[in-house]
Amino acid sequence: MSTRSFVALAACAILQAQTKYGVGRPPSEAEIRALGATVAPSGAGLPEGSGTAAAGRELFARKCARCHGEKAGGDIGPALVGGQGTLATAKPIRTVGSFWPHATSVWNYVNRAMPFDKPGSLTHAEVYAAVALILHWNGIVSENQVLDAKTLPAVRMPNRDGFIPDPRPDVKRPGAPGK
Amino acid sequence: MDKTSRRQALRLGAALGGSLGAAAQEPRSLGRPLSAYGERSRFVKPVRATRVTKTPEAGSSSTPLADTFGIVTPSALHYERHHAGVPDIDPATHRLTIHGLVERPLVLTMDEIRRLPSASRIHFLECGGNSGSEWAAENGPTVQRSYGLASCSDWTGVPLRLLLDEVGLKPGAAWLIAEGADACRMQRSVPIVKALDDAMLAYGQNGEPLRPEQGFPLRLLTPGWEGNVQVKWLRRLDVTDQPYMTRDETSKYSDLMPDGKARIFTLPLEAKSVVTFPSGGHTLAGAGLYEITGLAWSGRGRVERVEVTLDGGRTWVDAKLDEPRLRLAFTRFRMPWRWDGRAAAIASRCTDESGYVQPTRAELIEARGTNSGYHFNGIKLWKISPDGSVTNVHA
Repeated sequence: MSTRSFVALAACAILQAQTKYGVGRPPSEAEIRALGATVAPSGAGLPEGSGTAAAGRELFARKCARCHGEKAGGDIGPALVGGQGTLATAKPIRTVGSFWPHATSVWNYVNRAMPFDKPGSLTHAEVYAAVALILHWNGIVSENQVLDAKTLPAVRMPNRDGFIPDPRPDVKRPGAPGK
Repeated sequence: MDKTSRRQALRLGAALGGSLGAAAQEPRSLGRPLSAYGERSRFVKPVRATRVTKTPEAGSSSTPLADTFGIVTPSALHYERHHAGVPDIDPATHRLTIHGLVERPLVLTMDEIRRLPSASRIHFLECGGNSGSEWAAENGPTVQRSYGLASCSDWTGVPLRLLLDEVGLKPGAAWLIAEGADACRMQRSVPIVKALDDAMLAYGQNGEPLRPEQGFPLRLLTPGWEGNVQVKWLRRLDVTDQPYMTRDETSKYSDLMPDGKARIFTLPLEAKSVVTFPSGGHTLAGAGLYEITGLAWSGRGRVERVEVTLDGGRTWVDAKLDEPRLRLAFTRFRMPWRWDGRAAAIASRCTDESGYVQPTRAELIEARGTNSGYHFNGIKLWKISPDGSVTNVHA
């Protein structure tokens, strides 16, 4: 046995000793990357690439408007714009602009789930551009603001502080109907 | 045998022969032969209820609760909620990858997962949006439409804790980002405390592999929590120090309060019960004996008590609870009832092991307003008219 294969065997034995069951194998970095981008509010996980609202217009008309409407006001798919100032009213309108707390979540969702009938088909640059356009239509970024892995997490969403932790149980009295 | 006897015997034989001949004209036909995979009787019709939409890949179908017995929901009738259709996954090619803040990232095949120590447990699953129509003035006419995004199964799988011990959590590990292999790569953040408590990676449902609609070949189970977080077709667990604030935990499944703030990560489902018979759409055949029955469950443990009212909530009587009463599972309750043929208003309310009592709709609205949309667990009142019809009304 060569020294090298002995060292490899010993390393295997140590690895096995660390795990109780020894099932599975370690994935390579490339395999983890191949699972696709997953994005934290900090921006961790955002890939390279960039886009602007201006660059997103043609893309939106071609791939998004069919469901979300020409100006993202909603059709088969939900409205993506408007609703700011409605959350505390009797008819709240929850959109990216009025409700979503993080721009990173919009990127993460569009990248993995849109367009509805062809998810995963957009390039990273197209996702940045589509998100830039939706944010622009909501008055959050300017027409030519470049969104990328650095600038997107810095975007301040209007409802950034709109979420609170779970306080339940919040109904403490025993219930009875008809009283 | 003398002559007379022989004559009598011949006469009797002729008579018998005549009747045997008549019977032979109509033989009973044989039943169906053996079958490889059983089907229910063609006389049994209950099905999941759906709504017609332009995007049937994204939507829900509800369990006909009034047509199920006991506590286990037949797999074929388990409620559905999909966001991008049901993927058709070959288990031989499916992989689960666990990475992020772990000492030893792992990729596992289904065969490897099934070699690990396993467990079977009965747990309910309920969509966080179940009974959401009850917040509004108009609600579903049947228990299936109003409460049917809830089902209960015998799940088999690997305790998630076992695999997290296997990969070794790094300091700072606080959340798991679970991701499905459906087309939209559905993603939810799960607090690590639940993952280390009773969460499970399930591959079995009611004695056979998961149904595709329930996540075949592998799903996350976080017993007692809203269904959406129990990611189906599980392909990835990314261990992180923070939640990723995904679409389905921020813009969806969060509870909007009257002041415009939204409660987030309202994950355990609170105690809930509903009378399934008699319920909306039923017609009682007339005065006389019936069995009132229904289901109760709680995301905070075991159901300790179910009370039934026949007079709209003025008086309550304890119902009998079936055993075993399991934590985080449906509990079946029953109460014999002799209907006098007069108008009645029937409801159930349950109490769980934490002492929490199922509230009225009015109490929920007082606490949360009517914009939250999710996590409705109020008392459900059924009105019985003298003609025997049963309808849906608000408490």
